[in-house]
Amino acid sequence: MAASQTPTSPQSAPLVPREPFLTKRRAFSIVGLIIFLGFFAIPIYQTILLEMIGDTGQLMQQIVIGLTKGTYIAVIALGYTLVYGILELINFAHGDLFMIGAFLSLIFISLFGLDPKTSSGLTIFFSLIAILGLVMLCTAFLNAGIERFAYRPLRNAPRLAPLISAIGMSFVLQNVGIFLGDGLIWDKIAAGLGSDAIGRVADAMGSQSVAPKNIPDLLPNGQVFFVPASLRYTYKDLLVAVVSLGLLAGLYSFVRFTKLGKAIRATAQDRDAARLMGINADRTISVTFLIGGALGGAAGMIVGLYNGTALFTMGFTAGLLSFTAAVLGGIGNILGSALGGLLIGLVLSLSDQYIGTRWSNAVIFAILVLILLFRPTGLLGQEGGQKA
Amino acid sequence: MKRFLSFSLVLTMIMVILAACGTQTESGGTTAASTTVTIVSSLPRTGSSKGQTDTIVNAIKMRLEEANYSACEGKATIKYEDLDDATAAKGAWDEAKEAENANAAASNKDVMVYIGTFNSGAAKISIPILNNAGIVMISPANTYPGLTKDGKGDAGEPGVYYPKGTRNYTRVVPADDLQGAAAGNWAKELGVTNVYILDDTELYGKGIADVFASTAEKNGIKIAGRDSIDAKASDYKALMSKIAATNPDMIYFGGITQSNAGQLVKDMRAAGMTADKVKFMGPDGIFEQAFIDAAGADNAEGVYATFGGVPPAKLEGKGAEWYNAYKTKFSAEPEAYAVYGYESTNVALAAINKSCDSLTRETILKNVFATKDFDGVLGKWSFDASGDTTLTQMSGQQIKNGVFEFVQILK
Repeated sequence: MAASQTPTSPQSAPLVPREPFLTKRRAFSIVGLIIFLGFFAIPIYQTILLEMIGDTGQLMQQIVIGLTKGTYIAVIALGYTLVYGILELINFAHGDLFMIGAFLSLIFISLFGLDPKTSSGLTIFFSLIAILGLVMLCTAFLNAGIERFAYRPLRNAPRLAPLISAIGMSFVLQNVGIFLGDGLIWDKIAAGLGSDAIGRVADAMGSQSVAPKNIPDLLPNGQVFFVPASLRYTYKDLLVAVVSLGLLAGLYSFVRFTKLGKAIRATAQDRDAARLMGINADRTISVTFLIGGALGGAAGMIVGLYNGTALFTMGFTAGLLSFTAAVLGGIGNILGSALGGLLIGLVLSLSDQYIGTRWSNAVIFAILVLILLFRPTGLLGQEGGQKA
Repeated sequence: MKRFLSFSLVLTMIMVILAACGTQTESGGTTAASTTVTIVSSLPRTGSSKGQTDTIVNAIKMRLEEANYSACEGKATIKYEDLDDATAAKGAWDEAKEAENANAAASNKDVMVYIGTFNSGAAKISIPILNNAGIVMISPANTYPGLTKDGKGDAGEPGVYYPKGTRNYTRVVPADDLQGAAAGNWAKELGVTNVYILDDTELYGKGIADVFASTAEKNGIKIAGRDSIDAKASDYKALMSKIAATNPDMIYFGGITQSNAGQLVKDMRAAGMTADKVKFMGPDGIFEQAFIDAAGADNAEGVYATFGGVPPAKLEGKGAEWYNAYKTKFSAEPEAYAVYGYESTNVALAAINKSCDSLTRETILKNVFATKDFDGVLGKWSFDASGDTTLTQMSGQQIKNGVFEFVQILK
């Protein structure tokens, strides 16, 4: 409430109260936690460690799977970090934007008529690059549109208002996903236009709008030549990692070295001061959303092709993981989010191997809670409001 | 202001009069209830089970049309309501929605037969509600043993579902203690020696995986490992890598298509477990086209599925006649459970026709349970005292060229 009454913008207040890291209460809870975990779990740690040392091949395999998964989690996490850095808004719709990206790539793949059995490798390669561009363009403008209509009018409202608006947008996008996945609607459009290409989209979506959609397996599945055969690492894994890391590097250098990037950092630090220096804050924020949207869409396409599935709820699951990654690394910090993504991917795959698949989510959220308790700024975040 | 007052006064009076009329017609309705019997079905009509339930509802309507929506030689009118227990947002059945359907049925005096549910977990919710209301429930698809059988489910089952102490729940499909065992025996016949067992933590999936595990062990099959999956996970690459390291020759998944079974098969293939090296078997929860669509036909090739009954195209006698009639009427193949929807309605109508002297929930309930040597489309069968069918025939299917094909009858 106070934020709407005072003329200063809401983000000038630091998210985390400045207090010494080790207060008495915190020290107490850390000691308590160590005793608790130690007492109950020492035998478990022992077994896990022995298992890890016992089969290093399997450990390596899981690390590779985890890191590959981690790279795309990092790309999604960047969307949260960018928006949080500049607006202090947790953009809950970002995960669903990622889902829309996966659906759009399936739609374009069907429109282009790509088929792993009939299309040549070169056609697939160039079409996929074109599709990546198209998907990124669509989701970029979708995200900027969401900002324009759902967040900007609430910019000076209490902080809860845009948050609720973001959750609302998340539901809207999920329903868009259901709509896009409805083969019967595509069927009608195809019949109306007499178009074969749209007929292919209808076939890809099937008759049930909410069922998982199968994305054809277009990426090369062969073992990478320089990796020993005992470790399973395909060109598909390599491509996912390379494209994701490329996007991360591209974004980092954009924010670090370009004039627009500088404007983004300045606006994130202090919007009013930035405005006084002649930076168009609204435009800067729009650009941030464009970039965040493009990254979300790209991640949707990467994950869609990697896992071979588009599902209207996939954004929610992925969103929670990447949000945790962003918080773990330090929300608002680009390098932090990348690190957080990699760590979350690692934890997930190691937990699948050594603790049990059904516990993996619990492990992730335990990490989230611990981070919020003991280091709310995340691993690379700084105390106080330094962001982006 | 004055005008507004008089206007609202008139409006109130009109409303009072209407309300009075309303109650009058309603009480008139209850006295006439003896000649109207409403049958409701509660099935997941949205989400990926829709392919199955569309054909079930078609079959129910088909049977009712044959009876001309009447019973007792025209003295009773049959009404049918097709309720949905799923929500689009969940894409699957929803606890709140199922409870809402059961309560609506309980409070409508005309409702005397409840056909449903599709998912065993949903039955857990509606059985007690309908038990208190004394409405008979006939399920065309529930297979979890603990709903009816002593000692086959969790502690306290099935007693907890029947607060009145008497039974009101029947099903025309054989339960999973039979299907899980049939799968375990089939695995042995297929030459499996080392199996990894997964389940989706749900009532149906975990239950059938448990029975499969114990049968497999009895048959001397080594169990390489057992794990529950998170049905919402985006992929299972790490899990499949873990499984591949144990060198199984089969993965058994206790679960349904909607618990991400398609993704499991995809990631299994991606981890190098090809169909010729590692088999994948599941229960009737994956015996549907939606599973093949989700996994992609190439990945799904060679997957095995068991089913508590025989697939529609393999029915004999009256069943074969029904199958042909269905295909002619809807010009489409019925999915696996359609015939059970038809048989459920068949049993319900027979019980209604036996209860013409007093068309109440009690008599219809009594007569459904009294079904003996019923000559239906599934063959000759009876309900036992706990509401289970005496039919025990099971079948095994395998995906060949992108469709499920019947392989053999299982024991």
